[in-house]
Amino acid sequence: MRLKLLCITFLFSVNFYSQIDPVLLKRTSKDSTKQALNMDAVYNRPFLNIGKTPIAVGGYLEANWQRLSTDGVSEGHQFQARRLTIFMSSAISKRVKFLSEIEFEEGGKEIAIEFASVDVEFNPLVNFRGGIIMNPIGAFNQNHDGPKWEFTDRPISATQMLPSTFSNAGAGLFGKKYSNNWMIGYEAYFSGSFDNSIIENTENKTFLPAAKNNPERFEEINSGTPLFTGKIAIRNSKIGELGLSYMGGVFNKYQDDGVIIDEKRRVDVFAIDFNTTLPKVKTFITGEWAWIKVDVPKTYGQQFGNKQFGGFMDVVQPILKKNILGWENAVLNIACRVEYVDWNVGTFKETGGNIGEDIWSIMPALSFRPTSQTVFRLNYRFQKQTDILGNPPATTAGFNIGISTYF
Amino acid sequence: MPKNTFLQMKNISLLYKITALLLLMAFTSCEPTFTDIPADDEVLDGPIDGLSHEESARFLKGDFAFSEVFTRETGLGSTFVATSCISCHAGDGKGHPSTTLTRFGQIDETGNLFLNQGGPQLQNRALPGYLPEQIPFGATFSKFTPPANTGLGFLNFVKDDAIIAMSDPNDSNGDGISGVPNWIVAPSFITPKTNAISQNGKYIGRFGKKAAAFDLLHQTVNAYNQDIGITSIFNPIDVYTNLEIDPEIATSTVNDVVFYLQTLKAPIQRNQGDAVVKQGRTIFNQINCASCHKSELKTGYSPIKALSNKTFAPYTDLLLHDMGSGLDDGYTEGSAKTYEWRTPPLWGIGLSEGAQGGNYFLMHDGRANSIESAILMHGGEANNSKTGYQNLSQSDREALLKFIKSL
Repeated sequence: MRLKLLCITFLFSVNFYSQIDPVLLKRTSKDSTKQALNMDAVYNRPFLNIGKTPIAVGGYLEANWQRLSTDGVSEGHQFQARRLTIFMSSAISKRVKFLSEIEFEEGGKEIAIEFASVDVEFNPLVNFRGGIIMNPIGAFNQNHDGPKWEFTDRPISATQMLPSTFSNAGAGLFGKKYSNNWMIGYEAYFSGSFDNSIIENTENKTFLPAAKNNPERFEEINSGTPLFTGKIAIRNSKIGELGLSYMGGVFNKYQDDGVIIDEKRRVDVFAIDFNTTLPKVKTFITGEWAWIKVDVPKTYGQQFGNKQFGGFMDVVQPILKKNILGWENAVLNIACRVEYVDWNVGTFKETGGNIGEDIWSIMPALSFRPTSQTVFRLNYRFQKQTDILGNPPATTAGFNIGISTYF
Repeated sequence: MPKNTFLQMKNISLLYKITALLLLMAFTSCEPTFTDIPADDEVLDGPIDGLSHEESARFLKGDFAFSEVFTRETGLGSTFVATSCISCHAGDGKGHPSTTLTRFGQIDETGNLFLNQGGPQLQNRALPGYLPEQIPFGATFSKFTPPANTGLGFLNFVKDDAIIAMSDPNDSNGDGISGVPNWIVAPSFITPKTNAISQNGKYIGRFGKKAAAFDLLHQTVNAYNQDIGITSIFNPIDVYTNLEIDPEIATSTVNDVVFYLQTLKAPIQRNQGDAVVKQGRTIFNQINCASCHKSELKTGYSPIKALSNKTFAPYTDLLLHDMGSGLDDGYTEGSAKTYEWRTPPLWGIGLSEGAQGGNYFLMHDGRANSIESAILMHGGEANNSKTGYQNLSQSDREALLKFIKSL
């Protein structure tokens, strides 16, 4: 029903403006602060205004070809329409804004409202946000738009350990303060939470992204206890940005109909993120690292780990910036992503040996940006993944070529 | 050239050429270019040669079902040992101490005295909110490390009269070895094969540490039920409540898994031409290891053509042997004595490390951490062979061990 409503709304808005003279469409400038924090990512996007209406629309598309093989076995050539994301913003009044983001993944196989919130500014340091919010754990969850990255695949730690684009119904406060080269920001929200699926799932491991499959999470908190997510970030225009974030709460249904059926079990996530651009050489470095602790019953089996950690680091080096094939200020970058995830930190009770279930990957890349809002990417992945016992790892490798662009 | 470019490239066309070359590499990449297919004799999984297309497709269906992870929603538990078949048989190899299961409650051929107290198998794990099973007071028990799955179809179709022909209950040839079949009561859902031999209504068991499973259907149904807590049309009794409930798995899925197990290839010996391996094989025969670990068996008729009338080298006789007091756990199954164990097939033993997390966990409960220590744990009927091994020169021991590792 929700899907139908969304489609109707979208089609209506498209038809309504379909006869508009293109000259009436104008680009709205991005966030005026050049040194935006990661928390500004939802507004730090190109929008298109329609005439003098208070509504701005935008979005991005990601599509690619890839060919990967694991231990010599390949599924062959694949063309993938990974996602089409549409966002709409509206300045309801001078200090009341609305922004929404709807994502269609894999040609519509998965459709989700990733963000839909009303922001009310009382003071630059005190803003209220309520609706469907993006939990600000790490940096990638909020700053995930494809055209901003030189890699087609999202980081493994941000998709297979932390849930990417993890959003929930909730509310809270955020704010920023500037002083010379310094900028500090904070966010604090209470929202919907995880559920039992993070330790009861078909991935056969503790898997926080499983909670995204719960369609009830926008209207019912499984545990009845809200999830707290908080983040502080500090940025110096000459040094870079550092973010510290925490997300935690009770995830399991410990009571039903007033009857206690289990102990309260918590999930706690701590993340650190950073980004910087080295002066002179213009090397851009960004990364995120997260630690997860989950209260898994001791009698449930070691397959489901109670500790996880992982992260990634991207290094992007512009090697050419000039007029290329008629595009002014086109940029050619070389880049590399290094990533690691351990889904089950610890040792076996029976043997004292290390529990496996980990993965590392290195992904060199070449990217071409004809404009800052469009990127062509050539990525090569080399990855090793071990099973829980730590048996010889499965090796995956292959190429990926794609495009991602705002529109 | 702009000042801020890291690489001052004088010839842009060179850059284009490099990019074009990378794109060409990506698009024309062949399957083995980036990851290697392991040699057939280096892995345990994969189908037997000679399957038809239809049989290959069914093999894949069974493979998929074998990897299926069960959850509360799909019938897991409420108490269980593992969440999937693959959890205990990584890469279709032997299991690990973390997945070792415990059987309890039977001390002789009269049957299990603790069936009404949860026997014969302990479900040592439980869903959140539930408590796992405990071994009842007074019950003897034994731990069983999951065996490898490979080549089971060949063992399944060895004719009963061939097994009986290998037995020597009264040690009439005076070699100190007197193997006997385990005569078991086949469950009602089993239809004995044509020409199956019975004795007082009992049939020859051939699978499991005590050879207490009649065939792969019997083994599979028991594993679903006792290991994962999944009921089927064949065994509808829930292990937690001990009540009959609806089947939690389709009959066709059980049959597909049976087919998969039947058609997994037999391990392929490596380095057969190596002089030391050949020497080790000679010693293996000289010290009478081959009296129980038979190097050649034959299948009879099989509805799967690729398994019909084949000669193969499993290094087992499928018979029970007295292994001495050191391996007597005081627990048994079928007509086996507590000190009797079925000769485990040695094929694939050299690849066990790659399925057991880089270590050996041999013998019925994984107590031996090397092939040599496993040999030295042999007693009873194998005592002479163990003494024979102890009397070997160092180089002969190494040759024997190299031969066993080549299997």
